[in-house]
Amino acid sequence: MKRRKLDLAALPAKSAEEVDARLTVATPLRRLLNKVFPDHWSFLLGEIALYSFIVLLLSGTYLALFFDPSMEEVVYDGAYSPLRGIGMSRAFESALELSFEVRGGLFMRQMHHWAALLFMAAIVVHMFRVFFTGAFRKPRELNWIIGSLLFWIGFLAGFTGYGLPDDALSGTGLRIAHAIMLSIPVIGSWVASSFFGGEFPGTVIVPRMYIAHVLLIPGVLLGLISAHMGLLVKQKHTQWPGPGRTNDNVVGVRMFPGFAAKAGGFFMIVFAVIALMAGLFQINPIWIFGPYQAATVSSASQPDWYVMFLDGSTRLMPPWEIRLFGYTLPPLFWPTVALPGVLTMLPLLYPFIEARFLKDNQAHHLLQRPRDVPTRTALGAMAVAFWAVLTLSGGNDVIAEQFHISLNAMTWAGRIGLIVVPPLAYYIAYRVCLALQQHDREVLAHGVETGIIKRLPDGGFVEIHQPLAPLDAHGHPEPLEYLGAPVPKKMNRLGALLPTVRGFFYPIEKPAPPVRLDQPSEAPVSPAPARSEITTGS
Amino acid sequence: MSGADTQVRHGNDEAVDVSDPRLSRFDLVREGARRDGVEIVHYAPRFPVPGTKAEKRVERTIALFFMLTGLFATAFVVIFVAWHWEWHPGNNAGSWFTPLLGVSLALMLFCVGAAIIVFAKKLLPEEVAVQERHDGASPRDEQVLTGATLLNMADEAGLGRRPLLKGAIALGLAPVAAVPLVALGGMIDDPHDEDMYHKTGFDPEANGGNKVRLMRENLTPVRPEEISAGGQITVFPAIPHGATNQHADSPTLLIHLRQTDADELRRNLGHVPINEGDMYGNYVAYSKICTHAGCPASLYEQQTNRLLCPCHQSQFSITDNARPVFGPATRRLPMLPLEVDSEGFFVAKSDFEVPIGPGFWERA
Ligand code: HEM
Ligand code: FES
Repeated sequence: MKRRKLDLAALPAKSAEEVDARLTVATPLRRLLNKVFPDHWSFLLGEIALYSFIVLLLSGTYLALFFDPSMEEVVYDGAYSPLRGIGMSRAFESALELSFEVRGGLFMRQMHHWAALLFMAAIVVHMFRVFFTGAFRKPRELNWIIGSLLFWIGFLAGFTGYGLPDDALSGTGLRIAHAIMLSIPVIGSWVASSFFGGEFPGTVIVPRMYIAHVLLIPGVLLGLISAHMGLLVKQKHTQWPGPGRTNDNVVGVRMFPGFAAKAGGFFMIVFAVIALMAGLFQINPIWIFGPYQAATVSSASQPDWYVMFLDGSTRLMPPWEIRLFGYTLPPLFWPTVALPGVLTMLPLLYPFIEARFLKDNQAHHLLQRPRDVPTRTALGAMAVAFWAVLTLSGGNDVIAEQFHISLNAMTWAGRIGLIVVPPLAYYIAYRVCLALQQHDREVLAHGVETGIIKRLPDGGFVEIHQPLAPLDAHGHPEPLEYLGAPVPKKMNRLGALLPTVRGFFYPIEKPAPPVRLDQPSEAPVSPAPARSEITTGS
Repeated sequence: MSGADTQVRHGNDEAVDVSDPRLSRFDLVREGARRDGVEIVHYAPRFPVPGTKAEKRVERTIALFFMLTGLFATAFVVIFVAWHWEWHPGNNAGSWFTPLLGVSLALMLFCVGAAIIVFAKKLLPEEVAVQERHDGASPRDEQVLTGATLLNMADEAGLGRRPLLKGAIALGLAPVAAVPLVALGGMIDDPHDEDMYHKTGFDPEANGGNKVRLMRENLTPVRPEEISAGGQITVFPAIPHGATNQHADSPTLLIHLRQTDADELRRNLGHVPINEGDMYGNYVAYSKICTHAGCPASLYEQQTNRLLCPCHQSQFSITDNARPVFGPATRRLPMLPLEVDSEGFFVAKSDFEVPIGPGFWERA
């Protein structure tokens, strides 16, 4: 009897052939494996956002197994004795159960909350990097728009999330949200009563927020994040200018194995940081705030940090109410409806405004250093300053208390600061950009400062500069063009001095011997011959 | 892994014969990448000489990280399963459960992460690859062909030639759009129904026409002599669920003013005609719901007679009909008309005479 022998060694190849015979994937799969990713630390910011979102999905799904968004009135009789006998909603009770009666539940809640804070922080910082380096320019406007929307939808996710447990903090937030809806002209009272199913707070708002928080919003986030990643793969990364890097190529490592391994490892590190914070740092201790009661507010309770700028704008708004023909436009409308509207639209339109202004219809794949685009950098600094004043004002009562300043003084400081600080930030950022450019140009023209001082025959002192370019016939360095790429400013960057020794407590490597300047070392990438000029692409 | 220098030379543009037995595996990799528009321009093993001490050291580091990963994973599982995790008052084993879970999980994750990253940075070959971009507009031909295909669909439908269809489609589909709209319309709730923004729990009508007593959170009614001069308490309508969130618009601050303050308020009462006659002796009651955004305005400053709202720091002057004197609030806190019933308990003469809480469009 003949037995077919199973050839284990040939199994993978054989299976691969069978899969390919059905799916025809050999070419697209290899294309994906070979996709090139440029490397720079600032490209990790978006990754942090992505990884925290994954942690949010996992931890949130776990919470949803236990959480009950019901507004039914119950009397607490659970493990946390200080609250026993107190009336509360079932939602608050189940959040307490999650914290005290589900093994590891508190850890999961804190992990979910810390991941949400990190998610929003990573989105914001990622947006800054995209803005300040000009990565949003053609052809990436659409991805910039998706990114800006992601911020606002993340904002909604966070707000609906910490509104769920129905503790004192979330109820206060909801009450303010109710007032914000009321402030909308003409339809405000209809909007508010429709969302809340009648009077505030009613019994439907928490279940409605729940379905939004666990289904609708994550669905939209997932869709937008997929689109964001899809466009990234299609359009490829931008890259910093440098040797061999042009507007028509991407220089880096291939996706597999190098990039994927680093990214996977980095995911674990981000996850680890979230887990550590979730274990060690208490967040949203709802049992201390207590259940929401309309008559009490727990003092010094602050909203999550990404909501604070709206809290600040609300505090700074002067009491200007418009009353016309028997109708009212409350002052709350301006800082909480009109301002977010503007803050949504301005960034969405910015890429088009800038392109229009610069009459620039080119595709750009090379990043710009912030100093090389002083106007944009200054505008960005202005926006950051505006946001910072608002966010600080969102905690102005805490600041007033800590530093014994009067609250009213803090409010006035915020009002004036909101007008004065942004233009100041614009001016300073603009000047700093020009100064940094100037220094780069000086190095290009005269060379690197060597730290060697020479005494002239007439008694004066000069510092010797090491020129970066070869000397011309008269012994002067040939002029170097300013290209918007980093310029070496220390001698060891030229290999003329010992490189800085790495290691924190003791040197982890022997310093390499200095390279002789007359025998320049080979650049890691020798540019292919017929490529176009390296520029910032501006 | 063979270094880049061992490759079989080939011209850049002609395809390599992949069945050539002289090709190493790396030659095939490089050829595959080339066909994907990727040129691997630098590819060097981290340790050109295998088995050096330095390489061994890296290997040991990675192995150690993986071993530690297993250790911390085990620690996490043991803590999760065996720890006395239940909450008890005070500092005890239960208070350490969450921190221990966090630390063991974080260390586990950190060690896997570190193992993988060290692997990638110290063992995988150093590489620089260059990929051509092929973005920008499609070739003109492609645009023309796709455009024609799209326009042809419109031609074939021929709606331009068939006005009847055009009209019928428009008329037929418009109501379809209304279907989901009315379905969502089920959410709409008329705010003027039962006048929800104008009535609170103190409305006698909802109480069978009887004036509503004031009560404390513990459901007891309030007598004037129970509040000392300068004192204040939060009161609720003495109706079923009056102190719960079902009547979130009703919490009220009942204040017993000192004589001078009461005199001052009495002098100022005329500023707001609607408030006249609403005090009871030296007692006054204001809605606690901030007219700015609805937080409870609950911080009473005795010296200045100001009521401060903690949400956005609006301040209301108690001795001047709760006039907003600082912050974003624009309206006075409404006053609840007070009197005392035959048994000596506070009651509300009527509901608040103006809507309480934040402003809205049709609130004149
Ligand atoms: C599939 C995705 C998600 C699910 C299933 C989910 C589920 C939940 C559940 C059940 C709760 C209530 C439990 C509790 O408060 O303890 C909650 C709370 C929360 N969620 Fe989510 N969530 C998801 C995504 C997100 C996202 C994307 C964000 C933020 C940007 C977020 C932010 C929050 C916050 C801040 C809380 C309050 C946590 C606390 O009580 O301390 N969630 N989530
Ligand atoms: S809610 Fe009282 S000041 Fe805003």
